[in-house]
Amino acid sequence: MTAARATGARGGAHTHAGRGGAHADAGRGASHTDAGPAEGLRARHVTRTADGRVILDGVTLSPAPGTTVGLLGPNGSGKSTLLRLLSGVLAPASGVVTLDGRPLAALGRRDIARRVAVVEQQADTQAEMSVLEVVRLGRTPHRRAWSPPSGADEEAVREALARTGLADRAHQSWHTLSGGERQRVQIARALAQEPRELLLDEPTNHLDIQHQLDLLALVASLPVTSVVALHDLNLAAMFCDRLLVLREGRTVACGTPGDVLTEDLIAGVYGVRAAVTRDADGRPHVRFLGTLGRPAPQESADARPE
Amino acid sequence: MTRPGVWPLCAAGAALLVASVAVAITIGPADIRVGDVWSVVASHLGWGSSGLSPVRDGIVWELRLPRTLLAAVCGAGLAVCGAVMQSLLRNPLADPFVLGVSSGASTGAVVVVVLGAGGGLVSVSAGAFLGALLSFGLVLLLSHTLGGTTDQVVLSGVAAMQLFSALTSFVVLTAADAETTRGVLFWLLGSLGGTGWTDVRICLAVLAVALAVCLAHARTLDAFAFGQDAAATLGVSVARTRLVLLCATALLTAALVSSAGAIGFVGLVLPHAARALVGSGHARLLPVAALAGAVFLVWVDTLARTVLDPQEVPVGVVTSLIGVPVFVLVLYRTRRAR
Repeated sequence: MTAARATGARGGAHTHAGRGGAHADAGRGASHTDAGPAEGLRARHVTRTADGRVILDGVTLSPAPGTTVGLLGPNGSGKSTLLRLLSGVLAPASGVVTLDGRPLAALGRRDIARRVAVVEQQADTQAEMSVLEVVRLGRTPHRRAWSPPSGADEEAVREALARTGLADRAHQSWHTLSGGERQRVQIARALAQEPRELLLDEPTNHLDIQHQLDLLALVASLPVTSVVALHDLNLAAMFCDRLLVLREGRTVACGTPGDVLTEDLIAGVYGVRAAVTRDADGRPHVRFLGTLGRPAPQESADARPE
Repeated sequence: MTRPGVWPLCAAGAALLVASVAVAITIGPADIRVGDVWSVVASHLGWGSSGLSPVRDGIVWELRLPRTLLAAVCGAGLAVCGAVMQSLLRNPLADPFVLGVSSGASTGAVVVVVLGAGGGLVSVSAGAFLGALLSFGLVLLLSHTLGGTTDQVVLSGVAAMQLFSALTSFVVLTAADAETTRGVLFWLLGSLGGTGWTDVRICLAVLAVALAVCLAHARTLDAFAFGQDAAATLGVSVARTRLVLLCATALLTAALVSSAGAIGFVGLVLPHAARALVGSGHARLLPVAALAGAVFLVWVDTLARTVLDPQEVPVGVVTSLIGVPVFVLVLYRTRRAR
């Protein structure tokens, strides 16, 4: 736990070094390969290319059990791709994603789905389904063809509904739900899978601020390891234990929100001027001041070789 | 949203189907009663003698019974194929013919009938079946080359459909005389006339296998509700499942189309009607769609062969003429129920 806790390269120091974070991760990666079979879901130096373009370049992520890790970075920085590699929907071109030390490629889809659940940005269906029916989909990897749901199945569904505050909505139609309620149902469905790892891809994107706070508070309170891609830096600072910042597929920084979210990093990654203050418990608070107009000089020298 | 249990529904549907078949057989120029139908069936299954004249016995056993049974099998099969295609491809407009199977079958049949391919050794059904498989193979190959997502499967199917329709028209217009054209057209629109027991046996066997495969994948199909990535993260091997189900439904469609022509509308609409009845869980949807399709086509075929008696209307024409208003009504009521 403590080893994994101490994972990240200290964010601020690597703000200007495109590969800095990745190298720091590489050095640290060797130190806890002996973490044993309970090490959970990890990505080691994963790279992914599409049509000859590098989308993800040597990224390492090893969340400590039970923590919430935020993935930050501009559009196209590789957050979604990293999540898809972690869920095994995509395979890395190089590097490896392991679940308790075993590569995902060596596991069946069913075995992965019993451990790792995914909540997409915006899920929708044309099928006429009740909340209960959607949540029951989460039992798919636990059930066999032809067999009726077991007591354990019904219990998991009931608990997932209760934890997400949807118990009295079970028979409502999916199509009558608001965006926030739908995401809540998707989280309930994911919990019904009884995962130990939960991956969320910008789950708050289409929600109003109240539902954004609600949803992330729920995710942070869950007894699972969560990896969540986010756009909002302040929400990330509020709810995540650790942050991993990507830019153009590379790790730029990794560490606690306090270490990572600095004015320099925000300028370097997002091209935005910001003032960062800290509240009483050390959580950073970001106030945006305007765009930089163009990337900072040292930035373009380092990360844009042209 | 409480729904009736699946077993009572299926039992009621099965009873309705048996009654429909028995009653539909009695309708027609020769006067036959429901009791006669039972005794003929019993006598042919080895329980005593029917007591009917050989001619009337023949009308029931050799003409009307196989035709009515094939109608039921076609209705059930097309409805199940449609339901599976719509869920698998996440497209409410998908039907059993979306993979180009029917167009391929038509081309195969036309090549045999008009051009005399096979020298009389290949029957129309066999030609149609070969054409259907060829077309389906082309669609699989094309969609795989394009990247294999559901959209590309649908697009490949549309492309194959256009190609084989054009080939069919080309062959008919350049090589057929007026009489052959009429016969071919009748077949293309779907016809259950002249059905023999061989057709029934083949189609029933294929239906049984395909239905078992689809029912075994009922829960997997449920998992496709939120798309194929969502299905994958629920533990479904998407590529394998899609291949198995596409092959099962394509083979079933090919067998049905080879025997009865391309009967439209059933596969598109009956699944939607069944969903309105029992929701979208496939363990309930598939059997209910099968029974609804069977009952529907039994009655539509009865209408098709009697309404302009002695002339027969292609059953595919009647399915659409009756089905469209019913469909609009179902959609309207579903919308209001929400």
